[in-house]
Amino acid sequence: MAALINVPAKARRGDVIEIRTLTSHIMETGFRHTADGKLVPRDIITSFTCRYNGTEIFRADLFPAIAANPYLSFFAVAKESGRFEFEWIGDNGYSSTASASITVE
Amino acid sequence: MPTTRRQFLSLAGGVTAAGTIPIVTLRPLRATPAMLNTAIRNVVGEAPIRTGKVKVDIPPLVENGNTVPMTVTVASPMTADDHVKSIHVFNEKNPQPNIANFYLGPSSGRAQVATRIRLADTQKVVAIARLSDDTFWQVAVDVVVTLAACTEEMN
Amino acid sequence: MSVWRAIAAAALVAAAPALAGEIPPDARRSGYSFMGPDTRAMQDDDTSNPGMLFVLDGEQLWGKKTGSAEKACADCHGDARSSMKGVAARYPAFDKTLGRPVTLDQRINLCRANHQKAAPLPYESRDLLALSAFVAHQSRGAAITAGDDPQAKPFVEQGRDLFMQREGQLNLACTNCHDDNFDKRLAGAPITQGQPTGYPLYRLEWQTLGSLERRLRSCMSGVRAQAYDYGSPELVALELYLMSRARGLPMETPAVRP
Repeated sequence: MAALINVPAKARRGDVIEIRTLTSHIMETGFRHTADGKLVPRDIITSFTCRYNGTEIFRADLFPAIAANPYLSFFAVAKESGRFEFEWIGDNGYSSTASASITVE
Repeated sequence: MPTTRRQFLSLAGGVTAAGTIPIVTLRPLRATPAMLNTAIRNVVGEAPIRTGKVKVDIPPLVENGNTVPMTVTVASPMTADDHVKSIHVFNEKNPQPNIANFYLGPSSGRAQVATRIRLADTQKVVAIARLSDDTFWQVAVDVVVTLAACTEEMN
Repeated sequence: MSVWRAIAAAALVAAAPALAGEIPPDARRSGYSFMGPDTRAMQDDDTSNPGMLFVLDGEQLWGKKTGSAEKACADCHGDARSSMKGVAARYPAFDKTLGRPVTLDQRINLCRANHQKAAPLPYESRDLLALSAFVAHQSRGAAITAGDDPQAKPFVEQGRDLFMQREGQLNLACTNCHDDNFDKRLAGAPITQGQPTGYPLYRLEWQTLGSLERRLRSCMSGVRAQAYDYGSPELVALELYLMSRARGLPMETPAVRP
């Protein structure tokens, strides 16, 4: 599934940078019914994690109140060049990952 | 605003819970449904919740409740000694009171998170921040969700 | 329900004697101009526009071999950034072989049938929307010219007639809202001119990408009319008329709308 990641390619050491992620997911609430009255089972992303060179710097628990195709924006201190890794985990064994690199001067 | 009886009772309760510390403590909110209260207490426990430090930005007039941009900001220096550990967002009238929990720390640099949420109706959104000294701070905002015309049939 | 009351009220307004005015070219406005700043911001930034997720998927599909001919779109059309530039601004376009206009979705499925020897993608399926979005995205900023082809004219006229024709239990024509009452509000939401500048587009209501035909069908059920089937000649003609009515406006695919 597609994901859109926005991490600045370059930053100065100590800069606070914004990280934005957008990923494809239906986020089915588990509270809706089909036309013939059957409950549509819940299918959501339940957890998002961002690691910066291996260390977790941000995590989120998501609930059915998060809109489809979850968007998250958060901040990080640019400490060193390296890699941000993103992981989405959800119902029915859902898992996807993405990454972005940064050069810190 | 005149103090209602319920507010007075919650103020009194807060003072009792906080012992002799002279702070204004509010039980989550007036007219807060029990589910919301329970969800908040599941996160906060019996700790007092103070009002302040937290800001929730949601457009004054939401164009569609299915996708509502929301930004939560906490006033914090985000240093090793003084930072936000987590932010918890709740709602009053969706089928489930939780919206999201965010976990951050000094390496976040700034205590600000944005996402897009679903709001079933015009209602209150409550955001609570847990700071590094394990105090809890909250804000509640009223969000008006307009009903769109010509929406598709429910499926 | 209050939405229906509001629509019924709008029907009364529309029933008052008013000249069914077509919107002059210099007064044509994209739905973008009716949106709030937050929804605009969502469309403006490609990394916050959820429609771009579909464009990315479409880019993958463009290069993927499919069907018994084992051909990808790219095998014939090469780099979409140049070969597809401006194409969507001309759709629906007249197809000489069929003797009628076809939508971009139909063109993609014709390519699949004739050249890739692949099964058609269902209307509103993720893959068809993704391919359409990827192709139409290459026209972002291009001025709409659909309907300029003289052979398409009778179908533009057919679409115009449908646009002007009252229908459904509320007895409303498209023109009653979108020519005569745009900028007013219906159940809290602004009435737009109905200019289809950004399809397929991401509707916050749908929480997904959708086609102009899906939008037209939900308007039809809104006025309590029987909606035409996907791909029906009537929907294609309406789509063609709407695009010709938006002549000169820039394409925005993938747009974001409430």
